[in-house]
Amino acid sequence: METLEQIKKRIEAAVPGAKIDIVNNGSPSAQHSLKIDNEHARDVARFLRDDPALRFDFCSNVTGVDWLDRVIKKTVKTKQVVDGVEKDVDLTSEEKIPGYLEAVYHLFSIAHKHGPVIIRMQTGRANAQLSSLTPIWRSAELQEREIFDLYGIKFEGHPDLRRILMWDEFEDFPMRKDYRPPDDFEWEPTPHDDVLERAKQHYPARPTETELKPS
Amino acid sequence: MGDEIDEGLRSELQRQGIWVTSMQELYNWGRKNSIWPLQFGLACCAIEMIATAASRYDIARFGAEVFRPSPRQADLMIVAGTVTKKMAPQIVRLYNQMPDPKYVIAMGACAISGGPFKQGYNVLKGIDRYIPVDVYIPGCPPRPEALLHAFMELQRKIDNQKLSGPNKSDHLDREHPSEYPVPAFGKHDLVPRANPDVFRPPQIERV
Repeated sequence: METLEQIKKRIEAAVPGAKIDIVNNGSPSAQHSLKIDNEHARDVARFLRDDPALRFDFCSNVTGVDWLDRVIKKTVKTKQVVDGVEKDVDLTSEEKIPGYLEAVYHLFSIAHKHGPVIIRMQTGRANAQLSSLTPIWRSAELQEREIFDLYGIKFEGHPDLRRILMWDEFEDFPMRKDYRPPDDFEWEPTPHDDVLERAKQHYPARPTETELKPS
Repeated sequence: MGDEIDEGLRSELQRQGIWVTSMQELYNWGRKNSIWPLQFGLACCAIEMIATAASRYDIARFGAEVFRPSPRQADLMIVAGTVTKKMAPQIVRLYNQMPDPKYVIAMGACAISGGPFKQGYNVLKGIDRYIPVDVYIPGCPPRPEALLHAFMELQRKIDNQKLSGPNKSDHLDREHPSEYPVPAFGKHDLVPRANPDVFRPPQIERV
């Protein structure tokens, strides 16, 4: 299989205007991925599926990610002249990345027996919207519905975008990091850790000093 | 019918070849030996329930091998598995559709308390929040022997039920409800979170 850089170049040549970034994965698995922009997502996906050398005909997995606001600290060693003497000085710079929601697709090729190539799309937390890749890979249909259900990303162009796990009347998005589950901890026989903290809120208040004193 | 028969008199009569019983004993004897469960399973506990019904453990020994596909013909609901909040109204509805007298076995950690999923947002923390439960079986999942034990406990319970008097069985009491309100799907959770007529958790008291 071609390397991600090669695939990136070929996509950029085939889909004019597409913005493709390579997202590096620093873990030992080193599964680097392609970040594609929402506008050209479907064209890029169609290219990945139809290109004779790539033929990613199988979308095995679609999942959502909720990224919180992040601060990335970078330390650069430079040499500076302090009081006429050259010294090594560490310059730290901070980069703030606001939180966003992400949909990640894992693509394989049954025809060529290669893969995976991972593509991801990002959207803001408010009014989260991405273009659906269900028209390209039918297997994404239910999984995009699941992302819609649990992360609240609307997939434009999805044929049947409804909640799939939670009931239709449900309004929250449980897999988002700011979700707070309902408080039904009124009866916990053996509470511990987090459950203990939540159960304590249902315990009756301790009697105050004045209530304790016999009148 | 009257009160209990004197045990000494009964054994004396039995020795003379006369078998004496009461309506209540006959009725309960028949009921306890033909408990027909409702045929449904919710999760992995259902696999153990199926094993209990199969030949090795053979629930037919207790007269309960007739799993009914309709709640109208069932006496017993075995809540075998995780009750998700999306499924809970259907469980209560099935319970409501069962004719009296009816019994509930909550099988496994999930059915009695939510089990390993109790900190989640989508699992009901015990079916006893909405319907009355007769026998609780802990375990994850409980072995078939545990379900058989629950059956025997339930048979013991049925055997001790009274047909008349102040302590008569719930299903003969017109005042006692045989249906319970079905929870509605709310915006954040089931509404209500529990039925206070059924779910009475112990309260912590400060002295």
